[in-house]
Parts: sequence; C-alpha cells; structure tokens
Amino acid sequence: MATTEVERRRGQLAALSIAAVVIIIGVPLWWRTTETYRAWLPVSQITELAKLQLQLSADVEVVFARGTVTPEQQKKVPLTQTRDEERAVDEDTSLRYRYETKYRTATIMEEDALNQPTAAEADLSLHMLSESPCGSLVVYVIPETSLLLPEDVNVYIGQRRTALLRIGTQMRVGKTLEQLQAHLEPRINQVLQVMSFSHADITAALSDRVRFSPGNKEGIADSMRAFKSSPGYEITFSLLNPDPKSHRLHWDIEGAVQMYIQPLLAKLSPVANFSIDSQTLNYAMLGVNPRFDNSRGAYILNADSLAHVINPVEARLGSNAASSNPVLNFLLYVPDAHHSPLHIHDHKKQEVPSNAFHSPRWGGIMVYNVNGFYGTEAEFPADININMSKVMGVFLAQLRLLLGVQSSSPPPGFLVAPCGSTGIADWELDRLMWSRSVENVATATTTITSLAQLLDQIGNIVINDNIAEQVSSAVSSLQLAVAELEAGNLGFALQYSKEAILASEKAFFDPSLLHLLYFPDDQKFAIYIPLFLPMCVPILLSLLKIGSEARQKRREKQAKKD
Amino acid sequence: MAAHRCSYSAVLFILFNLSVFIVVDSHQTTLTNDHHGSVVDNPQTASETVEQTAAQPAVDDRRWEATEVEEEAIPDDASTDTQGTSTPESVVLSSLPKPKDDFQEELVVRPLDSGDIYASFQFRTLWETDFMRGNKVSHYRLFPKSLGQVISKFSVRELHISFTQGYWRTMQWGQPFLPAPPGAELWVWFQDTVTDVDATWKELTNVLSGIFCASLNFIDSTNTVQPSASFKPLGIGNVTDHQFLRYATLPREIVCTENLTPWKKLLPCGSKAGLAVLLKSEKLFHSSFLSQAVHIRPVCQDQQCKTTSWELRQTLNVVFDLHTSGQSKREWSLFKMFSRTLTEACPLASSSKIHIDITDNPEGEQFELSPATPLLSQAVVLGDRRTFSVYDLTQQTTFGAVRSLNLLIRWKSSEGHMLRPLLHAERYVAGYGLQTGEIHTLMYNNHPFRSFPVLLLDSVPWYLRLYIHTLTVTSKGKDNKPSYIHYQPSKDRLRPHLLEMLVQLPPNSVTEITVQFERALLKWTEYTPDPNHGFYVGSSVISSLVPSTVAMDTNSTREQPLFSSFFPCKEESSFFVRVYTEPLLVNLPTPDFSMPYNVICLTCTVVAVGYGSLYNLLTRSFQIEEPSPGLAKRLANIIRKMRGVPLL
Repeated sequence: MATTEVERRRGQLAALSIAAVVIIIGVPLWWRTTETYRAWLPVSQITELAKLQLQLSADVEVVFARGTVTPEQQKKVPLTQTRDEERAVDEDTSLRYRYETKYRTATIMEEDALNQPTAAEADLSLHMLSESPCGSLVVYVIPETSLLLPEDVNVYIGQRRTALLRIGTQMRVGKTLEQLQAHLEPRINQVLQVMSFSHADITAALSDRVRFSPGNKEGIADSMRAFKSSPGYEITFSLLNPDPKSHRLHWDIEGAVQMYIQPLLAKLSPVANFSIDSQTLNYAMLGVNPRFDNSRGAYILNADSLAHVINPVEARLGSNAASSNPVLNFLLYVPDAHHSPLHIHDHKKQEVPSNAFHSPRWGGIMVYNVNGFYGTEAEFPADININMSKVMGVFLAQLRLLLGVQSSSPPPGFLVAPCGSTGIADWELDRLMWSRSVENVATATTTITSLAQLLDQIGNIVINDNIAEQVSSAVSSLQLAVAELEAGNLGFALQYSKEAILASEKAFFDPSLLHLLYFPDDQKFAIYIPLFLPMCVPILLSLLKIGSEARQKRREKQAKKD
Repeated sequence: MAAHRCSYSAVLFILFNLSVFIVVDSHQTTLTNDHHGSVVDNPQTASETVEQTAAQPAVDDRRWEATEVEEEAIPDDASTDTQGTSTPESVVLSSLPKPKDDFQEELVVRPLDSGDIYASFQFRTLWETDFMRGNKVSHYRLFPKSLGQVISKFSVRELHISFTQGYWRTMQWGQPFLPAPPGAELWVWFQDTVTDVDATWKELTNVLSGIFCASLNFIDSTNTVQPSASFKPLGIGNVTDHQFLRYATLPREIVCTENLTPWKKLLPCGSKAGLAVLLKSEKLFHSSFLSQAVHIRPVCQDQQCKTTSWELRQTLNVVFDLHTSGQSKREWSLFKMFSRTLTEACPLASSSKIHIDITDNPEGEQFELSPATPLLSQAVVLGDRRTFSVYDLTQQTTFGAVRSLNLLIRWKSSEGHMLRPLLHAERYVAGYGLQTGEIHTLMYNNHPFRSFPVLLLDSVPWYLRLYIHTLTVTSKGKDNKPSYIHYQPSKDRLRPHLLEMLVQLPPNSVTEITVQFERALLKWTEYTPDPNHGFYVGSSVISSLVPSTVAMDTNSTREQPLFSSFFPCKEESSFFVRVYTEPLLVNLPTPDFSMPYNVICLTCTVVAVGYGSLYNLLTRSFQIEEPSPGLAKRLANIIRKMRGVPLL
C-alpha cells in the first residue's frame, strides 16, 4: 500500500498548498482591492479639540491724566498687571479671561485732548492721536475736577475704544497708591464688562457646545434672537403693497440703503459679508385679518396673532436663488385703504410706538400707515412717497438686534456716547467680534469632532484626500484661532475661526462621504458568494479531513505506544 | 472508493444546497436591509442633532417681540435733514420721475381653422438697468427678484426656457407665435466674462430647477450641446462665439401645475389681477397644447440704442379643443375656457390688451364676436397681415355696465380654409429589431415658387450611435448637398451627437434627411425606472428665414403688439420661423432586471463545477481498482453466498 500512501500524501499536500495560496495571495488581494479608501485624519488633534480650553486676552491701558496721581505714586505704579479669571463651563469646556493692564501717565498731546470742552470732542481727538488695535481698550482716568463729564456721570464710554473714568471724590491727592488701585479696580472692571467681552455673552456664544441648564431661559431667548454666525448674510427689504389699485408706493430704497445701512455694514465687514437687495411685492396679504377697534378708530394686530402674519407672505418672499447664506427679511407693510390705520399691540394691549415687530432669526416687519396722507375723497390710485428715514431707523435697530450687536443698558453713572453715522461703536464691534470668534470656534470644533466620531463609527465611509485636507485645514485654523484669541489678536482670531468654520462645514457636508455609506448588503453577497462559497467549502472540508486524519493517526500512535 | 465518490457528491450536493440557501438568504437581506440602514444612520443623525441643537429651539421659541427703537438707533435723522435729501413726510406727489420699469400684458385669441382655439398670453417687463456692471446691490420693483439674482450671479446674457405639454401641430394649426418643443427646453447665452461656462451652466440649471420646480437638474453634459448657428442671440449684442451658448432639451419632462405656479409668481400682479386671473391650472391643463416660457434678453429702448434694458417676457400658449369640451355647438367664451371673466387690468401694467384675430372673418360671416369693439388693429405677424379686434382693459368702458368682460365667439359656419404653412417638418424612426435603425426627417417647403435655406439642428443622445457616413439629403428625388455641415460626434456617457446643416429647400418640395444609427447597450443602472417605455430623443430644430408675402416691419423699437415683436426682423422680405419636429421615442435593448440573481446562481454553478473538479483532481488520491465483476457473476456470487458455496 505504499503507492496509495504516497498518493494520499500528495493529495493532502495539494490541498494544503491550495489553502496556502488562497490564504497568502487570495485573501490579501481581496482585502486590498475591496478596501474603502480612508485618508489619514488628524484624530489626536481632533480629540484634543474636543476638550476646548479657551483663553481670551484683552489689553487694557489705564492712562492717568494730570492731577490724578502724584509724581511719587507715578514712580511706584506697576508697569503691567495681569489678572486672570477662570470659569469652567462644563466638563469639556473651560474659559479663562485674561486682562493685561498697562499703567502709564498721559502724554502732553493726550492732556491737550482731554482739555477739550466736551467728552465727545475729547474722544475724537484721542482717537486721532493713536488708534488702539482691535480688541484693546484705553481707560483715561481723569481728575475729579474735570469738566468733561456732567455732574452725575462718572464714566463716559466713547464711540471708539476709549473710556473716560472720573476719579472719585474720596480719592484726593495724597492717598496711597494701594488705596487708589483698590478704588479704581472695581470701576475698571465695570468698564470692561460693558466695553469688552462679558461672561454672559461668551457662554451664549458657546451654546453650540454647551447645553444650557433650563434655569436661565431669558438668557437663551436673548441669545436666540441674533442670527447664528455665518460667513455671509443676505439682507432683503420687501415693500408689501396689498392694494396697488389705491396706493402707488414709491420708496427710495437705493438711497436709503446707501445712507443708513451701508455704513453699518462697511463697519461690520470683518465679521461677515453682506449683500443687500430689495423687492416690491404687490397683492401680498397678511395671514390674519386685523380686528377693528372702535374706541381707537383703528385696526389692531395683536401680539398673539403675529406668528401667523408672515406665513402667506413668506411664500412669496422667495428664497435667495444665488446663495445659501441666511436671509434677513425686513418687510414694510403698507395696509390697504380699507384696513387703515393698522396698529400693532403688544402683550399688554399697548400700542407699539414704532409699529414694528421682529422675529428672532428671521427678520422684522413694520407697518406703515399712509391713510393720513390723503383725504377721504382722494383720487385713487394715490402716489405715496415713503419717508425712508423713519423706516430705516426701525430697520436699523432691528438689524442691530438680529446681528447680535448687544445694547445692554449700562450700569448707573455711565454715559454711553450715541453711535455715530456708522450705527455701531468700535467697542460694540469688538464685543461682537469676541462672541463671533468664540461661537465660530465652538461650532467648528463641534462639527469637526462629530465628523471624526461619525467616520470612526462607520467604516463604510470613504474619506477622500480632499476631505482629509479640509479637516486638516479646519483643525489648523482652529488651533490658530485659539492661539490668536489667547494672544489677544482679535482680528486674526475671527479670520481664522471663519476659515475653520468654512472648512469644517465643507468637509462635513461633502457628498462624497455618502457614496458607499449605503452600499447594499445583498449586492455584497451577490459579489462574494459565487466566489467564496464554491472555493472555500472544498478547501475547508479537505482541511478538516486532513486534520481529523492527523488526529486519528496520533491516536493510533498513542494506542500503539500504550 | 465508492464511498469516497459518494461523499464527494454529497459534498457537492451540500454545496449547492448551501449556495442556493445563501442566495435565498441574500434575498432576505434586502428586506432587512433598511433596518441595517437605520442602524447605520443613527450615529450620523445623532451627530447632526448635536450640530443643530441650537437651531431647533430657535424654531420652537420663535417669538415675536416688539421692536423698541431708541432715539440713538436713528442716528441719521439729524444728518439727513442737513443733507436735505429726505422728504419731510410721506406726501402725495403730483409729478414723479418716470419709473425705470414697465409692465405690459396681452392676450391674443385666434380661432384656428381646425376648430380649435389658440390663446397666447404675453407678459413683458422691461427694466432699464445694467446687469453687465458688477454692482452688488439690486433693487427690484416689477422684475422678479429670483430671476434678477440668477442673471447677475451667473452672468447670463440671454435666457430662454420653455415647458411644453403636447405637440404643436403645424399642419393643422399654422405657425405659433412662439414655438416650443415638447418637454422642457433651455438655452442660455452667457456673458463673455464667464470663465468656466460648463460649471456655471451646471449650477444655473440646478438653480432654475429649483425656481421652476422642474427636473432641469437632469441637464448634464450628455444632453447639452453648443449649436454653432441655429441659436443666435435674440437681443442686442453681437457675441457670436458659440462657446458661451448652451442648449439642452428634456423631451420627457411632464409639465403640470407645479411648474405653472412658480411661473405665475414671477408676474408683478401674481394671479390676483389682470389677465393672469384666467390662468387656472385645472382648465389650462385640460387642453391639447400648453406651453409656458420665460425669455430674458437685453433689448434697445430706442432706435439708436442709446439706452438698453432687460426684457423679461413670460408667455403662455394654449390650444383648447372645442370638440372635447362637450357641447356640439361651436361657441367659445372666456368663462367657458378659463372659468373666469376679466374684471380689471393689472394696475401695474402700462398696457393691458386682448386681441382677437378676425382676419378670416372680415364681414362677420364666420363667427360673431360679442361684446363688439370698435377698436381694430393690423399687425404683420409671421409674414402675414392680420386684423385684430382689440379690447383695452385699462379703459373702464371695456368692462361695460356689468363690470366684467366675458368675450364670446359664436360660430355661424364651420367651414374654413386652411392656409398651409410655408414650412413644416416631421420626423420618425424607421427600421426593425433592436440593433439598428434609421432616423428620417422630412422638411416641407410649401412655397409655390421660392426656395429658401433652412438650418437643421439635431441633438441625438450618445446611446444612438449615428453612422454619419449614411447621411443622405434628397429633395425631389435628387441628392441635395448641404452647403454647411457641422457635426460633432458623441462620446459615450459624455456628450451627445450634434448635427447642424444648412439645406436649401427647393420650391414646393419635400426634403428627406436620413441617417442610420446603432443602439448602444446601456449599463443596467443607466436605464430609467420604466425602461420598456423607451428613450426620448429631443426634437429637431429647424430655423429659417421664410420669404414673406407682405413687407415685414424692421423697426424693433416701434410700438407694436407683443406677439409680433419677439423675433427681431432684419429685412423686409422674409421673416424668421423656428419649427420643432416631434420628439422620437426609441426602444433600446432592455435586459431582464432580475438578471443579477440569475447571474449569481449561474456563476456559482460554473465556479463550483469547474473549480470543484479541478480541486478534486488535484487533491484526490488515485488507486487502481480491480474491474468489477459482471452482473451475472455478482448474482451468481449472491446465490452462492446464500447457499454457502465458495464464491466464484
């Protein structure tokens, strides 16, 4: 039986070598050719970003005017002082505010500027002297005897990044430096709270990362009013004329935008790009029928019904075909002749003086009554020219609110300069930029971490090189933005945070992620079964057989030994 | 050994069973697949909700708040007064500057000789502005904002889009005022500042598809062509470099209410006033032919072309079949056709008119028109001088005492003589089987003594592979050599065939163009959901300058009815006509779509048999077997065994 033994051995060897070929060549080949392409992602850096530690640094310069410190004190005044404030928001996010305060005495030119008759002029000439960079503040400490500020005002906040602080009466010359500092510090802090970032703003900006406890609902409502940070906004002014037969409306929207809106938007250009258009919608009706109030002789629109007002109008407003940026709608509604005048009442049944309302993250609507401008027996259609300064005043206020320019009421003793022709003061812009940078950073980190999480969980998703590139650039921009915030370079921080948000959104919404996500299992079976089943079953069976034979042989050997 | 073989066949049997079972199993996995899908889906939605947590409460918490306008929020009150630009208060002005935009509406009704009624609505918005300048701020009054944004964003010079349900029967109905092929047609001239025309075109079609609720997003490189001669700009501007032109048709597009509603929304008065109140979809779509279109182009305001303006022309052409509307007597009225009457013109329109074509009815012997109108106008349209009764809706007297206008046409005699159109065309596919075929295009010149050239444009999808060497052009039995041929061969899955020819049509003749093609095999994912319906091939476009019997009006800026002023007229002796042929419906070889599973079973078997026997040969141990004894011998042995006798 030697030949049969040899034959059997040969068969076994053949089976083993086929199995070896399949395992050594076939399996790796199959593995390599069916692998989904997954480019390398900076996972460790992303997990680092998941724990966000933000440090916001603001440079504050405190300038002592003549008559506030004695020469001896002046020598002892520390040059710089750093104050850190640490706040933990939740387990993954912590904030640290750093105020780097520099002390110096006023230069001669500044002294001259401070001798101007009014605070506004002083503010302007101080601004002419030196322009402080974005995000920094200058506080001028002026003597108590200074005539710049009215009697009951202690702090004047200018249109730029300067504040004038009148030293208190009890701080006459001769007190020690420590006393002076102890006196100044809380007041400087107050000024900082108004002019620079406040904790409330920053936590509101972090709402993307941090879930609010249900307690501070009012704060949420405030933070919800403004549009979310976006690289661009579309502003649309719509004139609604439900009755073109009786009113022929004319509005000089072009001039009004040039005069009222453009200066504000030019100032806001570091925050976002804006594009403006306007349209006239005829036969645009409101969604509710206003009720006639006999006692007032006017039609009334209640606050409760306002939610239903815009729905039919919104269908006609039209979305912006040319971009996907959020749209801010401002509607000017001219009620038809039979429903005039129309007044909006608030929840307390009081007439709203501006006759305008706004809806958070949507826009504003203003009712403009024209029935007073023609007599009862006027000839229709009446040509009506709309007073744009009245309208734009309302829209500008709404625009500020919707863009998140906070106008929190200042503490007592503060006088805030009215914002000039631009509609927004420099320090207001800084506050906006602080919160927008933080919001962008928060949104971009959330996007990037959730994308990384998603890609980690689903192995089917193809990660192309361009996505990896976007993710890497988002991560590096984020790191840069965080570093710039730490260094106090607000402008760069905002710039980098915008880049980060763009790159992260682009990566997250890339359609190529979806290509193989839903690769159906039946097709996979259809491809693999014909190949694997007929091939693997004989191999497996013969391997099993060889195994069992070998075991049997060993048992026989064992038996023989015994 | 026999046992061995037996085990082998058992293994094979198990293998087959197993494979069949697994194939069945894979069928079942399709059923359970969506569970898998949703499980897979979850992490993403979870992460997305993380993304959007902030947005969701915003919707819930959307609250209306009174706007408090503080004094400081109106910064410019003081400054405006010093500048003196603001008017003190709203005042009724007696004299106003002439508005820069103008809106006109018009309805033409023409009783057709076939007994049908042709109604053509035209709405024109002229806007004196300059899109070419790159200014960002755009303020719209009558011009729709959505289209204005599209034009300025994509640097469009001219845009023509039409949606058509039904086929215009030129032989029965004559020429339409505005021709359109069945389905959707889009052609756009871009400004020469556009660098990447193809990308812009792709984006533009997607945006338009959103605006018009149509499947224009299916326009891609496989159905887009750049005609070299057929589609010249209709507005001003002498850009003739056809690399800025894109033309695409979707012959399969079904036009319905969802396309009409956004179209109506573009009108300044919407469907609330003016002629547009007649456009009720339940009546409009109950017709033989309906075509709605939007044409945007720059036009001259005056003869010298000092000022230019944008023209938006919205047109809607509809042919009602009088016989299907039920009544045996031939009677037509606005109310019967549109289920509405007119009560007012659009207050924003500078002109609002209804024209009724009474050319064939000079003495009123054919039909009676009520209410009668004293206004008559003559216009040269499509090479013919026609007479119209005109109703001016801006005049209150038009509506009479009942304050509503219901035009009524009552026929007296049913006879009519058909003036044969000078040019018409038809097309069909010939051949049998699923491999090859032949496209026949017939062009008729019905002019008794004049020959004229026509431009034929054919865009054939790549899956019909044209054999261009089989192209023949014959008229009156003789070979008619085209004087100009522009042919661009197709590339599979990339671009269609484009064939443009300039052919001279002899007088009173039929010119036949044939070309053979082969049908390509598609990949199984490239078939439409109903592949046995067939595949559409868009209409051929025949553009021509047809000799006119009357002198045409070459002054394009003169006041004339809208329907006669669309195609600019360069010379008096001829007029421009565009004729679309029928779209073709071609069957392609269609596979059996359960095939993949058959393929699985088949491959399984083949691999199992082929590979299995090879494997068997390689691993089996062979030994010489003694030849088995014959049947008789075995039987004998059995008997011997029973008897206890030694075996043989």
